[in-house]
Amino acid sequence: MTEGEEGIYRENRLPSRLIAKLRSGLLRMLPQVVAVVAAFLVGAVVLVATGYSPLDAYATMLTGAFGDVYGIGQTLTQATPIIFTALAFLFSMKSGLFNIGAEGQLIIGGFATALVGISFDGLPALIHVPLALLAGALAGGAWGFIPAILKAKLGAHEVITTMMLSYVATYLTSYMVNYPFKAPGWVAQTVPLAPSAQLPRILPPTQLSASIIIALILAALTYFILQKTTFGYEVRASGLNPLAAENGGINVKRTMIVALFVSGAMAGLGGSGEVMGVHGRFIDGFSPGYGWDGLAVALVGGLHPVGVVIAAVLFGALRSGGMMMTRVTHVPLDIVIILQSLVVVFVAAPTLIRYLLRWREPKD
Amino acid sequence: MLGITKTFPGVVANDHLDFSAEKAEIHGLLGENGAGKTVLMSILYGLYRPDAGKIRVDGEEVHMDSPATAIRHGIGMVHQHFMLVPSLTVAENIVLGNEVTRSKVILDTKRASEEVRAFSERCNLKVDPDAPVHVLTVGAQQRVEIIKALYRGAEILILDEPTAILIPQEVEELMKAIRALKAQGKTVIFISHKLREVLSICDRITVLKKGRLVGTVKTGETSLPQLATMMVDRQVLETFDKKPVEGAVVVLRVEGVQVVNERGLPALKGIAFDVMASEILGIAGVEGNGQSELVEALTGLRRVKGGRIFLNQVDITAASPEQRIRLGVSHVPADRNKEGLVPDFSVMENLILGSQGEEPFAKRHMILDYGAASSYADGLIADYSISTPSKDTPVRNLSGGTQQRVVLARELSRHPKLIIAYQPTRGLDIGATEYVRGKLVEMRDNGCAVLLISADLDEIRALSDRIAVMFEGRIAAVRDPKETNEEELGLLMAGGKVD
Repeated sequence: MTEGEEGIYRENRLPSRLIAKLRSGLLRMLPQVVAVVAAFLVGAVVLVATGYSPLDAYATMLTGAFGDVYGIGQTLTQATPIIFTALAFLFSMKSGLFNIGAEGQLIIGGFATALVGISFDGLPALIHVPLALLAGALAGGAWGFIPAILKAKLGAHEVITTMMLSYVATYLTSYMVNYPFKAPGWVAQTVPLAPSAQLPRILPPTQLSASIIIALILAALTYFILQKTTFGYEVRASGLNPLAAENGGINVKRTMIVALFVSGAMAGLGGSGEVMGVHGRFIDGFSPGYGWDGLAVALVGGLHPVGVVIAAVLFGALRSGGMMMTRVTHVPLDIVIILQSLVVVFVAAPTLIRYLLRWREPKD
Repeated sequence: MLGITKTFPGVVANDHLDFSAEKAEIHGLLGENGAGKTVLMSILYGLYRPDAGKIRVDGEEVHMDSPATAIRHGIGMVHQHFMLVPSLTVAENIVLGNEVTRSKVILDTKRASEEVRAFSERCNLKVDPDAPVHVLTVGAQQRVEIIKALYRGAEILILDEPTAILIPQEVEELMKAIRALKAQGKTVIFISHKLREVLSICDRITVLKKGRLVGTVKTGETSLPQLATMMVDRQVLETFDKKPVEGAVVVLRVEGVQVVNERGLPALKGIAFDVMASEILGIAGVEGNGQSELVEALTGLRRVKGGRIFLNQVDITAASPEQRIRLGVSHVPADRNKEGLVPDFSVMENLILGSQGEEPFAKRHMILDYGAASSYADGLIADYSISTPSKDTPVRNLSGGTQQRVVLARELSRHPKLIIAYQPTRGLDIGATEYVRGKLVEMRDNGCAVLLISADLDEIRALSDRIAVMFEGRIAAVRDPKETNEEELGLLMAGGKVD
């Protein structure tokens, strides 16, 4: 092959490779898309059975979620914290660990951020914002690090320890904002953060804040770390086959410890975003279960950062569109929970989906 | 079985195959990995449905749509990987599916156990019906599988590579059991790629190659070379020409090394030996005499309790696995899928495992350079003839022989000083085995020290410059392969003393 030919070859290669990548990505998402469609179909049956019009309900839900700027803003606001917790779960899964404690990591991260946010006054935002974010990441990371150490040194299973630590985070912060750090008034919350520690709202009048930008950067960074760095390679190798990884000179225990710290830090940053961007303070019980949603979203997103963002937007849309649906059509909000659960059930049942797609799995 | 055809995406696994077995016959099904032996038998057992072809049992055409149908027609199959419930007892496993009950609800474990005991005695297969399966040896578990199939009324018993996982003594017992089954009028189909075994036990042998039928021969009218030629198209190399060793530079020195196993019991009891440059030291021994612990101690995966390990005079007793790789220790593990490869990683990703933090694959030890990895992988795929659709294919999708080539390519291309090869040809067909052995000899000729640990005496004798026999965590004796024989080695392996 001459140099000129090689040049032409290269030129042709890039777009075709991109198309191939896109196509394989779409193919990868197919089971998820089918799962969502199937969930909505079963949801329609539930709606008809309870005497509502599924068409009306879904149409209002769609308009509510994406019909206007306000809807879109609310959808993305709801999606933001779930992106963080889903990425956290994804990262731990890649290292072979089940970090199901994103809820607690998010809460403790949010609280640490609030402490930094209310403790300093007069700092420039350029320093205060990163400092508050760092506090959230470190606190969340610590909440991931403890189970990791317990696992590495004592063999304690991380599913138990991460979940138990979630309760510790919930009740510890609840105590903090009910007693030592309680703001004057009836509500269990801290005083507002200094303005220099708040994230700007980017789509007024909605609550959408710059936190979503951090979330998207984090998604890109997650992809980069996992696919393009030595550390990510070692995380994936440890997760897929720890024995072979160890034979390949990878310190599997250390890799898992660092991975769980990073995972916790990701969830912690989600808490920071809520505190700094949405509420402007730490409010007791501010998370309606973002950590648990993250678990579901990571699975629905096919454990891929791009899929996670898409799935989080879907879950956000279900929440914001659901509220509109309830207001207009009087369908109870519970249908949203039914839909979310159905999506998870269908995603968790790949065999069923394959059957729906009439994919014959070649036996090995 | 007539005109059986089965295709999988991209491969014709069975191409119009005819196969027949008679009553009270031991029929060998011989072929390299990927020849289609297991697929053909899986079709007979109803696990796969053929694209074309007919199956007749006792002259009656049967539509094998599931293993249940096959069992009803008296066909039983013992897979390479056992399908037993480890926590249940032998009797419970055997009656599973046809549980012995009182008034159809309550399990009668006592009667089940008696029934199984009586049944196993009738079949001449000894098992303890009350022992939980997980405490049994591999050989005993296999007997349980065979009894299970017979208990369900099997007249035709398919054994898929039954000897692959057995130690020599267990193989002998299995052969006895198979002959006893024949005497009782059962038909046994014996799938294997080991020529000697097939020749020693079978009445007739059918040879497959790449999904096609090569032929069926009577054992009395064939020979080892003929079968080998039928299988691979070329004569099997049994010996290797090796360059003579010049000088004797010690590369690996093991001094009184002691380690304990998972249960805290001593596995290596002060083992000591040297491996020189340009030498293959073969460690022979029955599995379970400390071989896997030795490999782990040498690769840094198991902590050494006593003694020292030197690589080129450098004390590596406390070095991490990574440091040892950097110092030139390569490892071809016994179980490539569990220890050697990340099955879900691509060929390329597997080829850089262990070097992922080094130049040129990582810039500043942090960012992976896929360009460098990619051209490196292309080079190795060509050099080692790794037959893969692309370097991005997950190694899970490759055949066993190709997977081993990936491991070899990675481990040998690192310019190792010492290669630890643990059962490097286990489960490989003749072609792949020959390739692996040839590579090890080539590395030795180029000045590498090779430690070959294998339970396959033929392999040890064909390759080694010196043979060390391992028994109960120690080296029992060292022999020159030219001055020893199978009997002496066998005796040493069994712990006997030879003067």
